[in-house]
Amino acid sequence: MTARREVRVTVNGRAYARNVEPRMLLVDFLRHECGLTGTHVGCAHGVCGACTIVLDGVSVRSCLTFAVQAEGKEITTVEGLADGESLTALQQAFHENHALQCGYCTPGFLMSLTEFLRETPNPDEGQIRERLSGNLCRCTGYANIVSAVQMAAQRLREKGGVS
Amino acid sequence: MKPAPFEYFAPETAEEALALMAEHGVEARPLAGGQSLVPLINMRMAQPSVLIDLNRCPELAYLRGEDGMLVSGPMTRQRELELSETVRAACPLIAKAMPYMGHATIRNRGTAGGSLSHADPSAELPGVALALGAEMIAGGPNGRRTVPATEFFFAELTTALEPDEMLCEIRFPEAPAGSRAAFAEVGSHFGGLALVGVAAQIDLDSAGRCTKAALAATGAGERPTRLSSTEAVLTGEVLEKQSIAEAAEAAAGDVEPLEDLHATAHWRRRAAVAMAARVLHEIADEAGTR
Repeated sequence: MTARREVRVTVNGRAYARNVEPRMLLVDFLRHECGLTGTHVGCAHGVCGACTIVLDGVSVRSCLTFAVQAEGKEITTVEGLADGESLTALQQAFHENHALQCGYCTPGFLMSLTEFLRETPNPDEGQIRERLSGNLCRCTGYANIVSAVQMAAQRLREKGGVS
Repeated sequence: MKPAPFEYFAPETAEEALALMAEHGVEARPLAGGQSLVPLINMRMAQPSVLIDLNRCPELAYLRGEDGMLVSGPMTRQRELELSETVRAACPLIAKAMPYMGHATIRNRGTAGGSLSHADPSAELPGVALALGAEMIAGGPNGRRTVPATEFFFAELTTALEPDEMLCEIRFPEAPAGSRAAFAEVGSHFGGLALVGVAAQIDLDSAGRCTKAALAATGAGERPTRLSSTEAVLTGEVLEKQSIAEAAEAAAGDVEPLEDLHATAHWRRRAAVAMAARVLHEIADEAGTR
């Protein structure tokens, strides 16, 4: 056992401070220490994208980051996307396009694609599929996810909004 | 599976990081972006007892042009190399190869120095560094030394870095005016496990004749391989269908692929030829010589 360290982070605007071992992965910290179970553990080695979160403004794999590395940083998880009952354009488009079946991979897709739509407001299908290659979904075959991204992108452009 | 316990340090300067490396030696691993090392730690294929996290050393993340060189810190993120106008202008080959490295989310975190030090034989950046003739600046207890890319990659996951050294800077020669670059790769799926890739930078004179060719293959040996025979065939030639076919075929003799679960040695050799042809055709198309 190695000495525990205090980790203080802000997750979705709320401050958390916990003492954890350095070997604790950030995804386990979010789930077990903060109780934020929307972020999922899929492969635990960076391949599937289910654990994708936003750390200091960019999307990262929370299974490839140790909780101690997030000390003092700001995190957004899938729980931080919707404003109360009001879904983001991307979440709403996932809902309307049936872009999820079991839903296990969905939080990771949403976190990665929210960043993608901010960087690429008018994506073509090739760009969408290239971005989707970083997240695995074993149910949908991706077609409905592509449709959802296209719908969300269009609505965001019409609205001139960001999320 | 979860990581085995380790002692964790988060130095705030390069000097502090090097002192910790000197103190802990073979027990310690520097932690850069973690996109290759942390999977190995999670699966307990790597169990370093000390991790020296470089993510809190802002002085190790930079990118600048300097005397005809593009100079990168080891902690410069791959996503920055991909999107930087400085990189696109100075070393277009780097910008072209970056989108093949993992995925955008991986590149947000992954670093230049991490990929080069990890030295996966299929990784893109080591092949690019070899093709460009980059210099690696290694830092350790006895100060800094310069290691040319040709002497940096030893074998799979093995570099010229000593256990108490770390990569402190990477220097890429800027592409000469009139040169063109291309990168091609074949893998299981886009962004997934890379099998074989080829990086190329070709200098062309005003008549479209190749004055200097620099190509390197990844995934076709235990380390990235310079395609010297391809380069020799191309030099002095105009890139057109016949010269490209001959030059690409010459790559078959340059690579020494290993066989593994993903591909036979023969397949990797032919893939190296095919990828060499692909990059050369792309360059010829851009230059309008084909």
